[in-house]
Amino acid sequence: MNDTLDVVLRLVAVLVVFLVFPLLVGQTEHKVMAHMQGRLGPMYAGGFHGWAQLVADGVKFAQKEDIVPADADRRVFQLAPAVALLPYLLVLIAIPVGPDGFVGQTLDAGLIFVLAVMGVGVLGSLMAGWASANKFSLLGGLRTAAQLMAYELPMLLTAASVAMAAGTLSLPGILDGYHWWWTPWQLVGGVVFFTAGLAELQRPPFDMPVADSEIIFGAYTEYTGLRFALFLLAEYAGIVVLCALTTVLFLGGWHGPWSGSAGWVWTLVKTALLAFVVIWLRVSYPRLREDQLQKLAWTVLIPLSLAQIALTGVVKVVIS
Amino acid sequence: MNLSAAAHPGFLSPTGVEITFVLIGLATLGAALLTVTTRQLVHAALWLVVALGGLAVEYLLLTAEFIAWVQVLIYVGSVVVLLLFGLMLTKAPIGRSPDADSENRLVALGVALAAAAALVWVVVDAFRTTWVDLHGVAQGSSHATGESLFRHWVLPFEALSVLLLAALVGAIVLSRRDAGSPGGATTGAGSPADSATGKEQS
Repeated sequence: MNDTLDVVLRLVAVLVVFLVFPLLVGQTEHKVMAHMQGRLGPMYAGGFHGWAQLVADGVKFAQKEDIVPADADRRVFQLAPAVALLPYLLVLIAIPVGPDGFVGQTLDAGLIFVLAVMGVGVLGSLMAGWASANKFSLLGGLRTAAQLMAYELPMLLTAASVAMAAGTLSLPGILDGYHWWWTPWQLVGGVVFFTAGLAELQRPPFDMPVADSEIIFGAYTEYTGLRFALFLLAEYAGIVVLCALTTVLFLGGWHGPWSGSAGWVWTLVKTALLAFVVIWLRVSYPRLREDQLQKLAWTVLIPLSLAQIALTGVVKVVIS
Repeated sequence: MNLSAAAHPGFLSPTGVEITFVLIGLATLGAALLTVTTRQLVHAALWLVVALGGLAVEYLLLTAEFIAWVQVLIYVGSVVVLLLFGLMLTKAPIGRSPDADSENRLVALGVALAAAAALVWVVVDAFRTTWVDLHGVAQGSSHATGESLFRHWVLPFEALSVLLLAALVGAIVLSRRDAGSPGGATTGAGSPADSATGKEQS
């Protein structure tokens, strides 16, 4: 009974994080972008600084009519948002927040689990792109697939580098073995991982698959209402997951001063800072062209991640 | 004989895990059948996702956690994405493709049954005396898998790596030859050159 209660409580906590954090990132994005671009943004809803705008947006999405195009493949079209969103919920279960079992579920091969399930989420965009019966959606789907195949490899290689350094695939295990000098040691890998993750989430400057000014949001062109909101939510949940993973793998997760009592605060602070960087990049960089995207992955990120693996191997042999 | 029989668990005392295993296996089989029989090309790829995912769940039930996640990572995450990418390039229609049937159903069925029979026979013959303890320590943890891979199976592992590397280099060479041909990168210029080399070899 106690075990069951424990599991249920952990799952409920993960669900609450999954429902709340992406919205927080979304709200932060509204406000940070408004300030960085020297404009007000929505200021009226709710009174103070327009804090209720996100709630209003949600209500708006829920009220819209749910439209499926006549030529679309109905079932695939309707299933796609769920396929895009649910993997991120599963990933959150495996991410450790604090020391001593402050994690949804300790998995033996947690690192592989997280990367595998994150890759499944992209299937949602592909299904949406194909099932919409729209040429812009198809183009978006094609670009999504090409981008995923290019950026999955550097992401896996740099994650493998961390696993080599720690000698384990378990995410809490990696954090238990963490020393402060891992961060400079794995710095190149960390940058590559974060960049590749951004590309996998199709965030600017890697948003060629959804480029709203040329292919009208790509795979999501035909979606409206709640299903479209679910795709947006998947993007923000992806930001949370990517930032939390980068924190755990490269920035030491809960390690920091007073980590014994307030380790989870460190995880949250580091994740929030990275999420801020994600938003910052969106307002600072122009969109990369498709060939530039592919070139960046194959000629810069993959060689860098291979070099990182070599460096990790050499250091590991030297210190052991 | 009696002693060894007593030491093994019997076949006729199914536990919850075994029942789940059989049910998931049936679902996987159904998804696999739909993959090869559906007339809608992209649906075939999506049913393949279900079949491969079901296989991953079967690995999980056999306590091979590492293999299960690698299965999802490689097959669902990469191979199916590649397949879908290819299907999108062919302008696969929404709805039925009338010419998707090669009319070799009987031959295909025969080959499939023969392959299945051979695999089942080999696996049953090889692992007749091996038992997986489903409730004890995980026997397929990443530690155990890595140890057996790099201690007992190093040579096949390295041979496979070399094979994959050769395939990679071959793919790069093939794609470069077309791009570097003097007539430009069109396939029209590439195909006569291909047939010419084919004639030289024959």
